[in-house]
Amino acid sequence: MERIPILKMGDCLLVSIQVDMHDRLAMQLQDDLTTRIAETAARGVLIDISALEMVDSFIGRMLGNIAAMSRVLDAQTVVVGMRPAVAITLVELGMSLPGVRTALNIEKGMELLAASMGAPGGAGVNGSAVD
Amino acid sequence: MVLLSTDQLPLERDDHIVIVRQTVRQRAVALGFSLVDQTKIVTAASELARNTIQHGGGGSALVESVNDGARRGLRLTFEDCGPGIPDIALAMKDGYTTAGGLGLGLSGAKRLSNEFSIASVIGQGTRVVITRWK
Amino acid sequence: MPEARATQLNQLIRDRERDILAEWIALQTSSVVSRRDLISESERGQQSLEFLAALRLALAESDRFDPTMPAWGSVRDLLSHVSESRARQGFSPSETATFVFSLKQPLFNVLQSAISDSGVLAREAWTMTTVLDQLGLFTTEVYQKSRESVILRQQQEMLELSTPVVTLWNGVLALPLIGTLDSARTAVVMENLLQRIVESGASIAILDITGVPTVDTLVAQHLLKTVAAARLMGADCIISGIRPQIAQTIVHLGVDLNSVTTKATLADAFAVALRRAGLGIAKVAA
Repeated sequence: MERIPILKMGDCLLVSIQVDMHDRLAMQLQDDLTTRIAETAARGVLIDISALEMVDSFIGRMLGNIAAMSRVLDAQTVVVGMRPAVAITLVELGMSLPGVRTALNIEKGMELLAASMGAPGGAGVNGSAVD
Repeated sequence: MVLLSTDQLPLERDDHIVIVRQTVRQRAVALGFSLVDQTKIVTAASELARNTIQHGGGGSALVESVNDGARRGLRLTFEDCGPGIPDIALAMKDGYTTAGGLGLGLSGAKRLSNEFSIASVIGQGTRVVITRWK
Repeated sequence: MPEARATQLNQLIRDRERDILAEWIALQTSSVVSRRDLISESERGQQSLEFLAALRLALAESDRFDPTMPAWGSVRDLLSHVSESRARQGFSPSETATFVFSLKQPLFNVLQSAISDSGVLAREAWTMTTVLDQLGLFTTEVYQKSRESVILRQQQEMLELSTPVVTLWNGVLALPLIGTLDSARTAVVMENLLQRIVESGASIAILDITGVPTVDTLVAQHLLKTVAAARLMGADCIISGIRPQIAQTIVHLGVDLNSVTTKATLADAFAVALRRAGLGIAKVAA
């Protein structure tokens, strides 16, 4: 079945959601991302939702879950590119995605990730010890 | 009330939710809804469609473009023959959920619509109707 | 309830059209509500001619004299058009309805002169008067609705004009909110703000509520919604212009502003914004 591709860029994972996801696809993405974070010991996850014309409570919850799960795996998540109409609707729906960091676009998202990944506690650790 | 268009869609599997979203979007665009209003009704439709499948055991969605003489609008009816809702007031509270969700489906759909009505009979099923006017 | 029966009205109108039209237009222009200052004689004449023709056709085609039926579609469309243009031209609702009601007299005159049987005359007169009453009321309804839509549009324009978004510096926007913050206003504010965030790439927005007279739970909710929406797009909000009384009200109401930075003045908020952006203001050496 189709899957949303996950790209690796350095120690970050980049996901760009381009399709109107059905629920199963969203759950699959959640699983795939969590697996890849663990596999690659990624420190940052960037989810680009600039192509999404709608985010409902299911997708919102998926984004929140991904952020929470990555945190447990010591990775930071940033969701970028939410469209104005989507943001307005999501707030009216009653969701504010509290545990999810956001940025306007991919460029700012990468800046945010770099800043938070460079923070103490994460310095110099990519899983493996020196020797 | 004049019917400008009618779409009857099944709601049995989760990819049907996507079809409902797309149909609602098309009809909203055709009626000239603003982008924000389109997004609101598509999102409300997504919530209610999911409810119909997850809580109602499947059912159908009716998408109607209407004209009541003074204005045009989109009326969506979600119907199932499921177990029904024992306490509607409770179900409408933000955060109340019986399926591990966020509990925002009904209350959220109401906030995103101009008109909202719900009728449910235990053991027979539930019908939710929402309308958004241009 | 209008019954299904034949009427001589449409034939009479066809036969005596010229007379009816002349008398009707004369009545319209001589009435105290003629408003000759607002409409030209040729326009009035044209509308009357078209209406009479449409009325005749509808009477001929339908055996039910119920103006809500489909056969009366073109009559209704015409009346809608007349009513909407009169509304725009500045006529009052009764001045507009007079267009229809003043047709009663000429039609009654024609009926009286053509029909000798008093029973038939009474029936035809009754049909005519019921039909024109309903059409006159329809005119008033259309008028109301079109005035409402004008008002709505003007309100919208006022809303948009009164919520400017200002770029204070690269990446820092300010919204001086003036006046009451209701849900309609909040919707416009949010759309404007988010649009500007996209266009300017701003990451900080200052919502200044100095000009907002009262802050109650509802207003607080509207502010928090705006903050939440901006945050979903990666921009942080600072709320400034919090007068001491407002601060008291907010605490009193138990509104949770913990997630939002708040400052007393726009200047304070701007200073915070600059710090967050890693910027500072330095004196230039003389």
